Amino acid sequence: MLALVALFACGATAVVANELHSERSLYRNIIVYEEGSTRCMKFGRQATGRQTCQSLTEPDRLVFDYTRMMMAALYLNPSPQRILIIGLGGGTLPRTLQKILPTARIDAVEVDPAVVRVARTYFEFVPGQYTNVFEEDGRVFAKRMGRQRVRYDLVMLDAFDHEYIPEHLLTREFLLEIKGLLTEHGVLAANTFASSRLYDFESATYFSVFGDFYRLKKANRVILVRADGLPDRDELERNADRVEARLQPFGVGREWLLPLFAVESGWPKVTRLLTDQYSPSNLLNGSF
Amino acid sequence: MLVFALAGWSGFFVMAIELLGGRILAPTFGNSIYVWGAVITVFMLALAVGYLLGGRFSMHAPSLRRLGTLLIAAGLTTLPVVLFGNAALDAIFDRVNDPRYGSLVASTLLFFVPTAISGAVSPYAVRLVVSTVDASGKSAGSLYFVSTFGSAAGTLLTSFYLVLLFEVNAILVGLMAVSIVLGLMAVLFRRVAP
Repeated sequence: MLALVALFACGATAVVANELHSERSLYRNIIVYEEGSTRCMKFGRQATGRQTCQSLTEPDRLVFDYTRMMMAALYLNPSPQRILIIGLGGGTLPRTLQKILPTARIDAVEVDPAVVRVARTYFEFVPGQYTNVFEEDGRVFAKRMGRQRVRYDLVMLDAFDHEYIPEHLLTREFLLEIKGLLTEHGVLAANTFASSRLYDFESATYFSVFGDFYRLKKANRVILVRADGLPDRDELERNADRVEARLQPFGVGREWLLPLFAVESGWPKVTRLLTDQYSPSNLLNGSF
Repeated sequence: MLVFALAGWSGFFVMAIELLGGRILAPTFGNSIYVWGAVITVFMLALAVGYLLGGRFSMHAPSLRRLGTLLIAAGLTTLPVVLFGNAALDAIFDRVNDPRYGSLVASTLLFFVPTAISGAVSPYAVRLVVSTVDASGKSAGSLYFVSTFGSAAGTLLTSFYLVLLFEVNAILVGLMAVSIVLGLMAVLFRRVAP
């Protein structure tokens, strides 16, 4: 009992000591805190999952494996001019891309206005001249852009947090809408979960829309596809060389990224597809 | 007894449809808080109207047969959701820019009628089970219990289990089928034992 109290007191002190900001938004509790030389955002006080972290000493350096793996999208298309990012978090992806590609036009969509404010205030997210932030549901935005015949060279999906999936953003119909938004050589990069029962459902669903896809896997799985088919190794390497110098300041390069590329395979043939009619993603992602 | 079964099922039906309503609207209008706001608003308004109409309707020759007809009607008026749901949602998306009002319009168009008819079931059923003025509160209480308990069951089963097993449309068709079967039972029961 005493030990429990001590542990609790300890935990509470540790949290209070470096907490910079906390707020209850429409969708979640947002907490910004510092730990060593990084500043992070998490959703929910108990949560262990960190949404965003930024190094205080090297703010450009990408802290998470998954953000580095998302940059591998540039190996499929090294110079996207029009980019859509669904899910802002701390703004790491748009902040990085607008530095790597200063003339690219970036649309960043985030459903939670509080997250946008936190990204600006605590994570140095300053939308550049060609960056627009839209505070709305990613699917609604994508559907509207589709109707307006807007096309993107690169779409990044990063709308899942460590435990909750907006289920309407993980269905065959949604991926078809995204596919419709891609230009001829347009690329989709999606940050997804790497474990749980959902994995195979997700693989089958992506495959049903795009055919073969590359995956880079660490704690997360990043899925990469291109509208006109996957590039081969040679092309990946050529593109890697082209963007190597531009990626270097962000702590990511070909030596780390290229070996991670693999074509996903091995899910059971009978795996059910996730559709607007059948999308219990959170139930499947849990341990049920 | 059958009256209670019908009222309980009607409660189940309404909440199952309401949960699926949020699901049906999400691909078009998102699943932000206002989409749920729109769905719940429409269901509450429809139930309110249904209560009023059900009460009035019970003034004229109330019978189990007519109560059964209400359930059949609620089931049948849900059919357009399955048949024309997507087309309606697309049309609304193109015409209404603000997803808040878009989801309100969509929710009204798809769910108002079956929910209002379902709302009429409870007051109508109260009329059938009340025997004396003294016991009217008790009868109404039992009916509220059954109906709201049905709602709780419909909410839980749909969100925990049914969506994991079946497609949304399959669940809708199943709900409609049970409503129609129960409704027919009430209609026939009246004929067998007049």
